[in-house]
Formats: sequence, structure tokens, C-alpha cells
Amino acid sequence: MIPLAHAFLLSGALFVIGLAGVMIRRNVLMILLSIELMMNAANLTLIAAAAKHADLHGQMVAFFVMVIAAAEVAVGLAIAVLLFRNEGSVDTDLVKNLKG
Amino acid sequence: MVSFLFYFFSALALLSALLVITLSRPTRALLALILCMLSLTVLYLLLGAEFLAMVHLIVYAGAVLVLFLFVIMLLGIGAKDIPLFSRFRFSYLILALLSSVLFLPFILIAFQSLPGPQTVFPTGTLAAVGKALFSDYLLPFELTSLLLLIGVFSAVGLAKKESAEGETRQQGRSCE
Repeated sequence: MIPLAHAFLLSGALFVIGLAGVMIRRNVLMILLSIELMMNAANLTLIAAAAKHADLHGQMVAFFVMVIAAAEVAVGLAIAVLLFRNEGSVDTDLVKNLKG
Repeated sequence: MVSFLFYFFSALALLSALLVITLSRPTRALLALILCMLSLTVLYLLLGAEFLAMVHLIVYAGAVLVLFLFVIMLLGIGAKDIPLFSRFRFSYLILALLSSVLFLPFILIAFQSLPGPQTVFPTGTLAAVGKALFSDYLLPFELTSLLLLIGVFSAVGLAKKESAEGETRQQGRSCE
């Protein structure tokens, strides 16, 4: 017997922790890691929902989320490398070229 | 036994997720995230997603996070500490509390509709997932290959551009 309610609560907590990481960290790589954490929280929700309804569709969506996360990491890391090469740092407070 | 495993690895996942956002060195935070992924893999297994658990283990812990580790170590920014809480201000805390109070009713409504404990049968076996992937989800599955190809192209293009320009610049200088 698996307490599915607690699985949903766990994924919510993981998502909030990832969101807090995006907001408090200044290193681009740490922000990417927090985004990974949030994606995994979403995956846990999808898989727990698939277990609740005993069908496969939630798991298939989680599979596609994984594929998209892999592509996102490749592009994000390339941008981080480019940022480090141009600015000499990965601190997001120092990147002000777009006057943001 | 199953619920003990569930709670143990849930606690491990929460703890390592907290470590991910609080450790100041990127390498250590990354290792904490790997621990989080491993405990999430066990949770996926318990929730009946066998194939996804293995894919998660291989793709995330084996490929994505090792790619992160390579980038952190190759750039040499693992050792450089960026102060953690320099963005924090107390006015933000008040705003956060206000918005939390606004969201409280929605959270309480969601609590009332949560499902109870139930026995989970493994539905995500390799045979079932393969059958679904190549029948119902054939078009999205083919499109993901296109997506990954575009991702590889853009990553190589982004990371390679600067060095190619640097080479031409150096060649120009040597000609001068």
C-alpha cells in the first residue's frame, strides 16, 4: 500500500524547493540544476497520477518530459559555457548587456 | 515494508533537494542532486513505472548530471564561491507571506481531493511502454528524435562559434 497523497505532497515540496533555488541562487549552473529539480517534481506528479488511475498515459508524458529535459540541458549548458567565455563569470547579477 | 521504503526515500529526496539549493559549491550541490535523482528512481519503481525508473537512472544520473559535472569542472568555476543570500531582503519575505495566504484556500481544496493509500501494480513494464510508444505515441516519439537533433546542433553551434571566430581573429592578427 503506497500513500499516493503523500507522493503528490512530496512532488509539491520538491517543486517549491526548486523554485526557491531559482530565486535565491545567482550561479547560472545552479539555476539550471534547480530547473532540473522542478522537472523531476513534475515527473513524480505524472507518475503518481498514472499509478492512481492505473494507466500508462501519465508515464508516457513523463517519458517525453525527460527527453525534453535532456535537450534543454544541452542547450542551457552551451549557453552557460558561452556566457562564461564572454563575461568571465556565471554570476547572473553581472550579466547586464541587455539592460535587464 | 513498501511504505517504509517510500517514506525513507521521500525523506532522502527532500533532504538532498534542500542541500542542492543551499550548498554554496556547485560540485557538491550537483552530487546532492544525483542523490536526489537516485531516491526518486526508487520512488518511480514503487509507483509501478519500471521502465521510466531505469531510463531516469541512465539518462539523468548517468548522462545529464555527468554532463553538468564535466561543464563545472572544465570551466573551473566549481571552486569559485558566489555568495548565497545576497539577494535576500526582508521586504521579499512579507510579499511571499502575503501571496502564500492568497494561495492557502486553493491548497486546502487540493488537500481534500487527494487520493488515499492504494496498492500499485506495475503498469509501466518494458513491453507495455514499448507497445504504447510505437502505436499511440508514434508521432511524438519520432518528433523527439528531431528535437534531440536540433538540441545537439544548437549546442554545438553555440559552443563552437566563439572558438571559430577566435581562430579567424588570430589568423588575421598573424597576417597583419
